[in-house]
Parts: sequence; C-alpha cells; structure tokens
Amino acid sequence: MSAIRPLHLAAEIGGPPRYDAASHVALARLAEGGALDFVTLNDSFARPGPDALAVLARVAPATTRIGLVPTVTTTHTEPFHVSSAVATLDWVSKGRAGWQTDVSTTEAEARLFGRRAAAPPAALWQEAGEVADVGARLWDSWEDDAEIRDVATGRFVDRDKLHYVDFEGSTFSVRGPAIVPRPPQGRPVTVIDGTSGPAREAAARHADVVLVRATSPEQAAALADELRRGAAAHGRDPDSLRVLVALTVDLGDAETTPEPGLESGPQLAGRGTYFRGGPVDLAELITQWHRGGAVDGFHLTPITPERDLERIVNGTVALLQHRSLFRTFYPGGTLREHLGLSRPANRHAPARTAGGTS
Amino acid sequence: MHLAAHFPGVNSTTVWTDPRSRSQIDFSSFEHLARTAERGRFDFFFLAEGLRLREHNGRIHDLDVVGRPESLTVLNALAAVTERLGLAATVNATFNEPYELARRLATLDHLSAGRAAWNVVTSSDAFTGENFRRGGYLDRADLPQVLGSARTGGTPYTRAAEFVATARELWDSWTPDGTSRPFTHTGQHFEISGEFTVPRSPQGHPVVIQAGDSGEGREFAASTADVIFTRHGTLEAGRAFYADVKARLAAYGRQPDDLKIMPGVTVVLGDTDAEAQENAAEIRRLQVSPQNAILALEQVWGRDLSSYDPDGPLPDIDPDLGSDLVQGRVRVADPLAVAAKWRALSEAKGLSIRRTVIESTARQSFIGSPETVAADLEKFVATDAADGFILVPHLTPGGLDDFVDRVVPLLQERGAFRSEYTGSTLRSHLGLAEPVWKG
Repeated sequence: MSAIRPLHLAAEIGGPPRYDAASHVALARLAEGGALDFVTLNDSFARPGPDALAVLARVAPATTRIGLVPTVTTTHTEPFHVSSAVATLDWVSKGRAGWQTDVSTTEAEARLFGRRAAAPPAALWQEAGEVADVGARLWDSWEDDAEIRDVATGRFVDRDKLHYVDFEGSTFSVRGPAIVPRPPQGRPVTVIDGTSGPAREAAARHADVVLVRATSPEQAAALADELRRGAAAHGRDPDSLRVLVALTVDLGDAETTPEPGLESGPQLAGRGTYFRGGPVDLAELITQWHRGGAVDGFHLTPITPERDLERIVNGTVALLQHRSLFRTFYPGGTLREHLGLSRPANRHAPARTAGGTS
Repeated sequence: MHLAAHFPGVNSTTVWTDPRSRSQIDFSSFEHLARTAERGRFDFFFLAEGLRLREHNGRIHDLDVVGRPESLTVLNALAAVTERLGLAATVNATFNEPYELARRLATLDHLSAGRAAWNVVTSSDAFTGENFRRGGYLDRADLPQVLGSARTGGTPYTRAAEFVATARELWDSWTPDGTSRPFTHTGQHFEISGEFTVPRSPQGHPVVIQAGDSGEGREFAASTADVIFTRHGTLEAGRAFYADVKARLAAYGRQPDDLKIMPGVTVVLGDTDAEAQENAAEIRRLQVSPQNAILALEQVWGRDLSSYDPDGPLPDIDPDLGSDLVQGRVRVADPLAVAAKWRALSEAKGLSIRRTVIESTARQSFIGSPETVAADLEKFVATDAADGFILVPHLTPGGLDDFVDRVVPLLQERGAFRSEYTGSTLRSHLGLAEPVWKG
C-alpha cells in the first residue's frame, strides 16, 4: 500500500448493564470529544441490558457528530422492522447511524421467542447476509427525490420512484417498499464482526466496516487482504471496505509497564484480543500497526468504560492527534463522511442522478 | 381533563399542500410538535404506525402523506429533548413477538424515566403480512383467530390479549428490588421461557392504550387497557360510548377511573366563531382535492372512476361489492348503503362529487373561537362524554401552536386542565396507579 490511509477509531460503550440514559450519553459525548468515528453498543436477547438501538436513539439528540452503531440481531427479529428501525436511527441522528449485524445462536435465545430452534452459525450468517441485503434494498426502495409535493396534480409522492423489493430469502420474504423514506446516508453503515468464518463471508459481501481480531500486524494485514479479495469477488470495490482491529483494552494501571508481548502484539484472550498497559503504550501499538498499512484502524472495547474510555480519549487519542495521526475535529457530519465512504447511489436511480459509488 | 397530541400524517387529514407544512420525517418536526405539547402540559405524544404502504387500484396511493419513521426509535430520541411528556408508540401485536417488544417498551420506559406508553393494535390482513416472516402464518391453523377485524366482528384480539398478558408477565419477572427471575409462559399463541433482560421499569408497566370500537374491542379495553382511543366526536355518541365502556370495568374488578377514554379529535380555531367556520371550510376544501374526491368515491364504489369529473354528478352505477381496489386500509362496511346515502345528499342539495365527499366524510370536531372550543371541551369532560382528548392537527409540525397558545391558557383559567405537571411519569399525569407486582 503506497499512501497511509486515514486512521479510524471506534469504541464500545457497553460494559456492565446500565438502564439510565445519562451514563450512555456521558460515554458517547466523551468519545465524541476525541473525534472518534463511532461508538458501538453491544446487545443480545440473552444477557442483561436495554435495547441497544433504543439507547443510541436516546443518545442521538444529545450528541452532534459521532457515529452510532448498535448491535442488531437478525435471527429472531423481523427484517422489515429491523431495516425501519436502523433507517429511523439515521433520521433522528441526521446521518450518523450504523448497525452491527449479529446472529443469535443459542437455545436460550430461541426459547425467548419460541418460533424456531437454534441453528448452526453458518445457516444464521447466511440468513444475516440476506437481512443485510434486503435492508439495503429497502433503503433503496424510495428514490431520494420520491417525495414531490406536487400541488397541481395533488400528488405527495411520485409512485414511480417507490419500488417493491420482492425479496425471497431462505427463511423470509419481503414485498416492500419501505415505510421509512431513504435515510440521510442513503444506506446506514453496516458493521460486521468478521472473527468467525461464516461471519467473514457475510462481511466481505455486505459490510462497510469489518472488525477482525489479530495478534500481529501481519496477521491483521492478511485478514484485511482476504476480506478485500472477498469483496472484489462479490463485485464490490475493495477500497469501500474499512477493516478495524478489535481490541479489548485495560488501561487500569497506567503506571505499570505493559504486559509482556506488546512488542509482538496484543495477547489473545478468549474470543478477542486483549491489551493491557498504559494509554501511551496503546498509542504506540496503534501507530506501529497503522503505519505499516495493515489496517484502517481500531475498535476498542474498554474493559471498564468510565475509566478506560476517558484514558483512551485523553491519553491515547490525544497523543495520536499530537502526532498528526488522527484528526482533531470532524470535517463532515455523517458517519459515512467520517469513514471516507461515499453515499451509495440508489440502485433504482438513473445514472445521471447518481451521487457517488457504492 | 387529559390531553394528548397525535403526530399527523398518512391520511387525508394532513394538509401537506399548505405552505406552512414541513417535513413529515425530519426529527425537527417531531421535536417541534412534542415540545409544543410539553409546553402545553399535555399528558402524552402519540405516534401511529405503518407496516405497508397503502395501495389503490393496484398502485401505491400517492395523494396523501406517504412514509414515516419507526415509532419507538423516534420516541427514544424525543425522550432526550422532553422531560415530562408521555411518549406513546402504536405497535402492532400481530407482526411482533412479546419478548422483543416487551423489551423495547421497557427500555423506552427506563430511558424516559417512566413516560412510555404502548398503543396496542392488531392487523389481520395478508396484504400487510407480505412484509413479514409472520406473513405465511396466516395460511396456517391460526387463521380463524386472526381473520376478521373490529368491524366485521371477528376476533383479532385473542392473540393481542395473550400478547399483552405475556408482556406483563415479562415486566413482572424482575422483582421490585431488582432481582431477575426466570419466566415461563405457555399459552395458545406463545410458548416461551427464559430470563427477561430489563429490570422492572419506572412505571412498573408502560401505560397500555387500545383503540377499537366493536363489542370485543371494548371488552378487550375494559379488561386490559389504561387508555382507550376512540373516534366518538359528538357529545351524544361520546356519552353512550363512555357509559358502556365504564360499565364493563366492574366485571374485571376495576374502577371507572382505571380506564381513561380519549377520543381523537380535530380543532379549528378563529378569532371569532364565524371566522373559525370559514377556516374549517377552507381546510376541508384542501383536504378533499379534486383527486382525493374521486379517490374517496372509488373507496366506496370499489371501481375505477378516474374518468369522472369531480365537479360533476355522482356515478349512477352501483358499487362493486367484491372489489379489492383498496388495500391497506379498511373499506367501508356497507358500500351500497353509503352510496345510497351519498346519492340522496347529492340530489337533495344539488352537490357535485367533490362537494358530496366534503359534506359526507370526517369533519372537524371542535370549531370556534378559543373561548368556544375551551367551553366545548370542558363540557365533554363534565358530562361524561370523555376523560380527555387526543388532538390530531392538520398541519405538521405547527398544527398545535395555536391550541397551546390560545386554548390551553383558557382551560387552565377555568381549572379544567393542569397548569403544571405534578408528577414525572405518564401514569402520574393520567392519575393511574402503578400496577401491583405479580411475582
């Protein structure tokens, strides 16, 4: 890679379950103060916590620039409802919405709904890909200029610019069009954690941002290459994919030396990679990995959000900004602009009105 | 008196051709109307729901407002810019699942510090179902339970009743002191078990609103709802409905005050009563455009009447009774009777198609000077025709400004409406007790 790509940073604001708005708003504002691209809020039907998309909708008017990416699961939910809710998050945040697509694999989750048994991840990710696909089709089902308010003919919309999607998936079908008009970003940003094989396949095909787990820059670069080749194989522009390394960080004792292994990369812990050290050490790691062009950035999950996110923003990010490796302000207003992703042209719109490439 | 504000759209009430009409979608429109309602010390803000775009003659209906954002997401955002106002979402009990919806409602109640409400509606048509996984289930054994509607006397309520009961079981599965306990529900429609992920919310249970006018709908409301959203706009019809529904409560061990009756109404103001009448006539003329007049006629006749002149006479052919011209909205119950009534009116007064539709279809409930309207609203409540009103403005988002600035102060002077919120939750605004925990 010839030129160093802009660095992208994101942070998870979950952690122990909290049900009030104030704590979530405070964390999102903290991340916004560091000009991070977006915050994520993890979710699942089977663990304590409020509905993540609702929380980030509550956060939206209390913030102005930061991207808002809740986990939205696709296994026991209705694809039509999901696409409406994500589009609405984009409307209420004025173009800052994304969604982290995920699946529900456990029997415990299946019993909460009583509609279908648990299924293997491969089948669920196949379905999740279809949900992402139909979501994009529903977001495109209204052309951007469908609302005409033509008093002379009495028509509020041009019905020729509203399109049925007629989607037939392996487990569901959707007739369309959407109820929600095309959202500000055209399509909200799709984030997929590509750690597992089946998820990586869906990510290469449908994601704008992919999270990967790696213990060395070389491993991260190999994963990014694999994802970009996969995207190209699906007819996508590989440069339209942002690959972020997912890192759980513990900045609990900044005075101690970092855990052994920093030189070679973060430690592997469970499903993820784990970093323990000081804010400066984390900035060092980010700098080294990004300088090599291995990845587009990092998704950081603070192990204790109130403490570690503050250290990430005021320590790590401030240092990266000082080194001119990370922006100090948001030059744009939408999450796609933060990520350097163009607003997708509507698949139904004639080429002359296309606003960019997808 | 209780007051609520409905965000208008997706029907012919909204005069989108008015130059003051703004976006039906942008958050700023929702924020303006919600802040206005809160400035007026309203009980709650109310959003309707759409799950499929309406069709007419096999094509998407294009004459009214089309499209809206998803209700619960909008209300969570509104919770950030309001402090006391109740936030009510219409959410269908047919194309949702109890666990997910109970969780979303409990989340809204937490994030708004106790201001959430759920307007329970049902849908039975396969037309809507074509957008959902559930769509296919209409063909299976559930069909007898879900077919039919409030109008035809069928029973969409069995699934809805079990849905609401199940949601309440989930809301009660955490003890008031914050301990999660496993739940099991085994019923006709749902067989689910596990642990709910959200503690008991500030109101105990979000407020349950229900709309419906059939005997079964009234019974469902009497057994289950905290608020019933009706259409009875006249004093006489309102009083009859009020007496009937309140009388049904005792059978469920409930007091008359446990269920608030709130008709959806429109208000047209003027400096004088005469000016208000002129304003009302102009609004009706704008609501029933030439194109909308033909469309309204087609909805009764079930036929393509696009070749007719809206300023000419009514067609002399009969309605097509088996027509599926209209999709996504309920067709009139008895087209032959309605057609006969419209013909009689047209002949008696010499009215064109458009004038006939203007005269025959829904009209404003309260028209007059602020003094007249305030007195009329108070009379409805004082004579047991309603406990309050859900106002449906015809303009987005400024349609409530005049009411809040000119009528609310008069209601407050009369002692008919609160001057300040006394509590912070929607239940406290409505004077409803927190539900007893049933562990």
